[in-house]
Amino acid sequence: MKQKIKYQQIGSCFLIGNQETRTSRQSGGDIMAYTAILQPTNRLYQYGLLQNEMNRLFDNFFGSQSRTRGSNVFPALNVYQDADNLFVTAELPGVDVNDLEINVEGDTLHIKGQRKLPETDKDVRYHRQERGSGQFSRTIHLPFPVNTEKVGAEMKLGILTITLPKADEAKPRKINIKTA
Amino acid sequence: MAEKELTVDKKEVQNPQEFTREGPVFNPDVDIYETDEALKLIADLPGVQKEDLDIDLNENTLTINAHVKQSPQGNLLYKEYDVGDYKRSFTISNVIDQSKIQAELKNGILQVLLPKAETAKPRKIEIRT
Repeated sequence: MKQKIKYQQIGSCFLIGNQETRTSRQSGGDIMAYTAILQPTNRLYQYGLLQNEMNRLFDNFFGSQSRTRGSNVFPALNVYQDADNLFVTAELPGVDVNDLEINVEGDTLHIKGQRKLPETDKDVRYHRQERGSGQFSRTIHLPFPVNTEKVGAEMKLGILTITLPKADEAKPRKINIKTA
Repeated sequence: MAEKELTVDKKEVQNPQEFTREGPVFNPDVDIYETDEALKLIADLPGVQKEDLDIDLNENTLTINAHVKQSPQGNLLYKEYDVGDYKRSFTISNVIDQSKIQAELKNGILQVLLPKAETAKPRKIEIRT
């Protein structure tokens, strides 16, 4: 079993090495990946402007696909947030929803599944075969606690979107300022 | 042919010409195979809606152009893949019956069936003795 440990920059924080990805490929071709999005410890994280700027610098330096390109991690995930929810998206064209298993446990999200390609007739001659198939599994740690009861998932146009409502303690709170 | 493993490797179009629309453009992964009757092309186009897809066969060049609508759901917190349009062209050497081309887009997968023209189908030639 080959094990690879890779340190990558993550979008929510500009410290290198804040995300850890371990992938191991087993003989059966299964892809297992463990990704941790750590809670950013630096206060500057909150300033979106700096974050975007740093992303841009990293993108220019490494190429925009550097974070997952060539690694055995599948599927690639994007994480978005608004005031109330966290959204995790993945491009999974042709994956049947019945072949997908999504679990949330505390602040850990597991995505497991399989991409099957329909069988073709026996006597076909392939010119190209670029589309992959097989099993995949990913685990990510969410940066906030979520309300596990209300997690929803939707598959649309081959894109999986998992909506994770933030737990009340993670929601932004407006602070009223009293005037004297 | 052996099955291909799942990888994350969106190939950005290396094009000397610039596109009018800003943003990345990718070459979709495709499978192409041939039977005696037809050529079949299957492409992964996640996020593409039917009305944003354009398939064009001009002379012997087949071009797939697809626009992906960005659907912002709040702020990006963590990014592993880029979202962008798709474009890819192929030179088709077979003679295709253009009137019978069929295309289907479902669940992010495009399937194009390009039936061969009668003249291009293999014909068994009888040898008289």
